[in-house]
Amino acid sequence: MNRQMIRDEVLKALKGIAPELEIVQLRPDRSLREEVDLDSMDWLRFIEALDRSLGMAIPESDYQDVDTLDKLITYLEQTGRSSTPEPSTRKG
Amino acid sequence: MIEFKLPSLGADMDEGTLLEWKVHPGDAVKPGQVIAVVDTAKAAIDVECWHEGTVSQLLIDVGAKIPVGTTIALLAEPGEKPHAPGRTTTAAPLLIEKPAPHDRRPRISPAARKRAAELGVSTEDLKGHGSQGAITLEDIEAAARVTHTPDPVQAMRHTIAAAMSRSKREIPHYYLSETIALGKAMAWLQAHNAQSTLQTRLLPGVLLLKAVALALRDYSQLNGFWLDNVFKPALDTDLGVAIALRQGGLVAPVLHHVADTSMTHLMSELASLVERARNGSLRSSELGGAGMTVTQLGDQGVDSVLGVIYPPQVALVGFGRISERPWVNDGQLCVMPTVICSLSADHRVSDGHYGARFLSEVRRLLQAPEAL
Repeated sequence: MNRQMIRDEVLKALKGIAPELEIVQLRPDRSLREEVDLDSMDWLRFIEALDRSLGMAIPESDYQDVDTLDKLITYLEQTGRSSTPEPSTRKG
Repeated sequence: MIEFKLPSLGADMDEGTLLEWKVHPGDAVKPGQVIAVVDTAKAAIDVECWHEGTVSQLLIDVGAKIPVGTTIALLAEPGEKPHAPGRTTTAAPLLIEKPAPHDRRPRISPAARKRAAELGVSTEDLKGHGSQGAITLEDIEAAARVTHTPDPVQAMRHTIAAAMSRSKREIPHYYLSETIALGKAMAWLQAHNAQSTLQTRLLPGVLLLKAVALALRDYSQLNGFWLDNVFKPALDTDLGVAIALRQGGLVAPVLHHVADTSMTHLMSELASLVERARNGSLRSSELGGAGMTVTQLGDQGVDSVLGVIYPPQVALVGFGRISERPWVNDGQLCVMPTVICSLSADHRVSDGHYGARFLSEVRRLLQAPEAL
């Protein structure tokens, strides 16, 4: 799956949680939770939606690597490329 | 015969508009079944039945505005013979008079007909309340009000304004706050979530809710209602949860028996409550009866929140953001995830000393997350 396809899935998942979201106004280098006004429950729903559409369940310990739209897409692209993703060694 | 009354729709709701009947005369009903949908200033609410029986009569027409406590349907108890639909019963004081069924053409006064045309109201299915069921000017204007419902965002603002003004006018609030170390709680949560599937991950808010509910068992003066100048303690740990809505405004539906519910179960109930609050499908049993409300505004980033009590409740607990902050532990400076927990309480019912001990109990419980 290429970057554009991942981006489309991510935006679709975001739209599902925040239907009023104006994608053109979304700044890709800012905190996604602040940009889209997602509380912790919304964020969990969003991660679940990504798991359903992309088959990747992002562990909590990796949340800091996916806090902006750009970082999230890069993370999903890299995780998707390696068929057996290495477990994160970083402490949460 | 059971008189089924419109149940409470939350502390700040005293009426609703009947949108839809989900049952017909002759239908069997059981506790928990949704029998009608009622619109309020905040949301459309599924009204649940609390009896077992058979629907005998529906007393209210769709579109009617009904105060809480109005008998809206008659139910025959199990074993009791339901009345034939349409037959008047002595137990139906609120039965709305209907025009004679043989008269197909509605009777309508000339002034009402003119007004109906102006307002674009169809008189076809309108029930008249004039003599012999004639449609009056008043009926037309009432129908126009139902058709042109006010802006829901505006209606919600009015509702919140009324409840919060009443709170600040009537309740002598006192406020306390305490910074609570969450090192153990967050470590426990991370370990739990690392070995859980996405669907069984817990949010920190669930631990906080559970700790508050358990502490309330020993601090009953903070869990209940101020009614007619007397405090009535709540019988269970039913907590209101403040949920911000994306279109603006908030609702505070109820999580029941929080102290006796497992953390995983609480998590799924909370998730379902948030989802249904946001898409407007809460049930009547979820709107009233909370003995205290918890707000977790910190989820949006503020350090602390000193909330306004939701009348007739007598206390509200607020949690700010869980954040890593400098902390002194055994004489050593360290970095610790902490949260500022606040209590707003009604001074007519409890005093600061009592409230302070309650917050200490919440702190103590959060130091042993595995026991929550």
